[in-house]
Amino acid sequence: MSEAKQYKYIGQRTIRPDGFDKVTGRANYGADLSLPGMLWGKVLRSPYAHALITKLDTSRAEAHPDVLAVAGFEDFPSVNAEAFAAGNGDSGMLDLARNILADKKVLYHGHAIVAVAARTEEAAAQALQLIDVEYEVLPPVMSIEQAIKEDAAVLHEDMFTQGLADTPSAPSNIASRMELKKGDVAAGFAQADIIVEREFSTPTVHQGYIEPHATTVRFDDNGPSMVWCPTQGHFDVRASTARLLNMELGQIKVVASEIGGGFGGKTTVYLEPVALVLSRKAGRPVKMVMSRDEVFRASGPASASKSRIKIGAKSDGTLTAVEASLYYEAGAFKGSPMAPGCMTVFTPYDVENMWVEGFDVVVNKAKAAAYRAPGAPQAEFAAEMVMNELAEKLAMDPIDLRLLNAAKAGTQTLYGPKLKEVGLVQCLQAAKTSEQYQTVLASGEGRGVAAGFWFNIGGQSSVIINMNSDGTGTILEGSPDIGGSRASMQMMAAEELGIPLDRLNPIVTDTEHVAYNATTGGSRTTFATGMAVVEACQDVVAQLKSRAASMWNVTSEQVDWQDGSAINLAGEDVMTLAEICAAAEKTGGQISGRGNINARGAGPSFAVHLCDVWVDRDTGKTDVVRYTAIQDAGKAIHPGYVEGQFQGGAAQGIGWALNEEYIYDDNGIMENAGFLDYRVPLASDLPSIDTIIVEVPNAFHPFGVRGVGETGIIPPLAAVGTAVSDAIGLPIETLPCSPPRVLKLLQEAAK
Amino acid sequence: MTGTSYRSPESIEEAVDLLAASSGTVDILAGGTDLIIQMQGSIGDQRLIINVKHISEMMQATLTDDALLLGPAMCCAELTSRADIKQWFPGLIESAYLIGSSQVQGRASVGGNLCNASPAADTIPALIALGAVCHIVGPSGERSVNAEDFVTGVSSNCMADNELLRCIQIARPEPNTADAYLRFIPRSEMDIAVAGAAVSVTVNDGVCTSARVAIGAVATTALLVPAAAAALVGSDLGEDALDAAAAASTLAAKPITDRRGTVEFRKHIVGVLTKRAAGIAAARARGN
Repeated sequence: MSEAKQYKYIGQRTIRPDGFDKVTGRANYGADLSLPGMLWGKVLRSPYAHALITKLDTSRAEAHPDVLAVAGFEDFPSVNAEAFAAGNGDSGMLDLARNILADKKVLYHGHAIVAVAARTEEAAAQALQLIDVEYEVLPPVMSIEQAIKEDAAVLHEDMFTQGLADTPSAPSNIASRMELKKGDVAAGFAQADIIVEREFSTPTVHQGYIEPHATTVRFDDNGPSMVWCPTQGHFDVRASTARLLNMELGQIKVVASEIGGGFGGKTTVYLEPVALVLSRKAGRPVKMVMSRDEVFRASGPASASKSRIKIGAKSDGTLTAVEASLYYEAGAFKGSPMAPGCMTVFTPYDVENMWVEGFDVVVNKAKAAAYRAPGAPQAEFAAEMVMNELAEKLAMDPIDLRLLNAAKAGTQTLYGPKLKEVGLVQCLQAAKTSEQYQTVLASGEGRGVAAGFWFNIGGQSSVIINMNSDGTGTILEGSPDIGGSRASMQMMAAEELGIPLDRLNPIVTDTEHVAYNATTGGSRTTFATGMAVVEACQDVVAQLKSRAASMWNVTSEQVDWQDGSAINLAGEDVMTLAEICAAAEKTGGQISGRGNINARGAGPSFAVHLCDVWVDRDTGKTDVVRYTAIQDAGKAIHPGYVEGQFQGGAAQGIGWALNEEYIYDDNGIMENAGFLDYRVPLASDLPSIDTIIVEVPNAFHPFGVRGVGETGIIPPLAAVGTAVSDAIGLPIETLPCSPPRVLKLLQEAAK
Repeated sequence: MTGTSYRSPESIEEAVDLLAASSGTVDILAGGTDLIIQMQGSIGDQRLIINVKHISEMMQATLTDDALLLGPAMCCAELTSRADIKQWFPGLIESAYLIGSSQVQGRASVGGNLCNASPAADTIPALIALGAVCHIVGPSGERSVNAEDFVTGVSSNCMADNELLRCIQIARPEPNTADAYLRFIPRSEMDIAVAGAAVSVTVNDGVCTSARVAIGAVATTALLVPAAAAALVGSDLGEDALDAAAAASTLAAKPITDRRGTVEFRKHIVGVLTKRAAGIAAARARGN
């Protein structure tokens, strides 16, 4: 690594601008907005996992004196029967629409059918009981194995598998198949001295955000209608709502409230278009808030998976061929993260011969939503488990095996590009010399190592910086802050402008005050919106220099900008930013800077995690005793929040590996739709998670940033799984490693 | 607008009179950590709520020369902070300390835990192992019921609608006697027992002279397991005796399979817990 540049603010552990409001309870979240005359909306949900709706009669609910509106699928004008009859139905919106209000068929327990708006929450709940629905119950399809059977009940009669060589003649629950290949795996396996092959499965899990989905909307014929909601992307809420309701983008203003966690699960819409329909019909504002039960049953989750991994290697550990078959549950509608799973599964390794196939499979569960590096944890879990088994069989240190095969600059990925500078080797080296890896395991403990890769994305961001006459400034950005990004925007702007942090106020505005911003996701915000902030700052500085030049009667080229001041290169003059802003009224009015970009060059982030566990062999319970998360941040703008992302990813991944899973009964009804029995790890379940920030700068970002939000959830599944396997001396193929499952493995082995 | 009425009597007598006079649904409110949740969805229904937290004797715990008189509505946080009670009944304190979270323990009470009659209640096995006696008061006077007979089924207890639990009495432990409670949950706290076991033993000259074993979350009610106690009495509480007690608990358990555990898992775990709790109680009784 080259000598790090010295910064004044970047790399400091500053106080986050949104922190005070959050810790004092003053911050306003999704359910916090109420408006005069507001109605409460509630949703009638399916009691069956799979059924045809044979009768739906809302007349008794509509007759309720406190009910002012009822909404169903036919109220979505872009996709209803009328639109398709007229030839202008929007088939691209059909699945989204059918997911948020069912169209003649319910596809999971909790599937929304009809919504009502009433004067009180109680009246809305009563009205739901007045809706008459009759069902023809169909057999629920609750797993990949069931779904892909020849005689499986078909969820969608019009779904024919995409991506097959021959066009299928019968509908199927496999929405699509994809295949990626490089080299010749048959030849590669023929060269191998050792081949390890194993099958794995992972459960349906939820993103587990604390804040339920909620919205308050006000339809307005005469101006933009207003939607208030917690979301990772209010511009995309606006886009999908407008498209579904045949409205123009300018007719809807979406305000992103503070957000109590999203992790990918708040990148889509559930309530917002429904509430807007109700509000339009009732002529009143409408508020809707999901219960925790509804959140579990009808939002998220992340795909369950089944996979088969085969890896061949020479006796010195050099990989000769890798192969994977990956099946993902999409839930009720197509669109699992099969593709990113296939693209990431082997990316940590530079292997000549690779072959991966993926299947997107529909089942009678809620439609899967994005969850932190969508698709990658399931796939890389399986690959990393096999890598560790390979290391064990070769009697090699698992870090050395990875170092021998590690992807680096120039590695040809399976999915397309050659990698630029990346930090996997540095992460592996840091792992090897870490305090944890030097610690000798106690009796009964086991250790696991795993790597993880995620692409990260860039995309569109728009920022405006308005300077005030006293030298303070407001950063208007459009990226909802889910991980401390306001702090990083403030720090990058302060660095660029050369003024103290507290002179700059970062604000996440609504959709009317800055141009389009892509959804906060793909670990893009500090990278892409950060670049837009820098560009807006450069615009401000250019104007400040020009104003100083005009006051000094020199050209802009004769003015330099250093440490927050303009320097007259043609003389001795110096003017601070505040002085130029104070004089702005006389030099052309106040100054605004703008940065509207489509950011390219997002740098991938690799991570390596170390996990030590102790397993109680009498109960099957696993305690994580030591954990270290090592990841390449490119450049950590705020090291504390970067570490927080590493630790948060590790905590969620540990939960996925140890206890989190949707439990369904025989009828496809989730039995643990609450945080009591859907067990995310508590603080007391986890050790202090050590972190090591590796910084291999991303040349495409002015400060070298790589996104860090997602990669951290990828390695824990295999790090934990391998540690448990090491502790009990038995292979782990199924997550979670919950106590009953581990105890059963131990008992069966003892027989 | 709603049919709910609320009273806060300041004496047992006043509470008994209110109970005697009421006809419809009556709910006794102590900490409310179960009741409030149970009321969700039925707010507005006709009911009388009697808050007992203003009845001072129900909110206190007194150690006399020969017994603990535990006010059933005293919150667990207050109980678990009592070093004098912990010295007598460390297992009871352990069980109260496991209920909910710190915040919940600031409201929840042992009496509430008992009356709510969940099969998975943590304090009930501990009370049974200690041979606790429940003093019940009603319009026709007082009666006493042993803890193991108090709960009659899932969410049901032996009290009539017009009766009130006024005191839980636990005899002072004999010399060289101690108890312990353990439960199994998949994580570290804030969970519901998959299985639980409470053991009280008396150890004289290295020999167990008396024992009581109770198990929870493995049947519709917490169970007293005489066979497990019998395996301990007369033994040196060594590995063989503890294994025999564990086997007796496993045999006595009649669990169900649900989202929290299977029949096989619960039967196995309750044995492990019995063995471990007996070991802890034995060490305490020996003064280690």
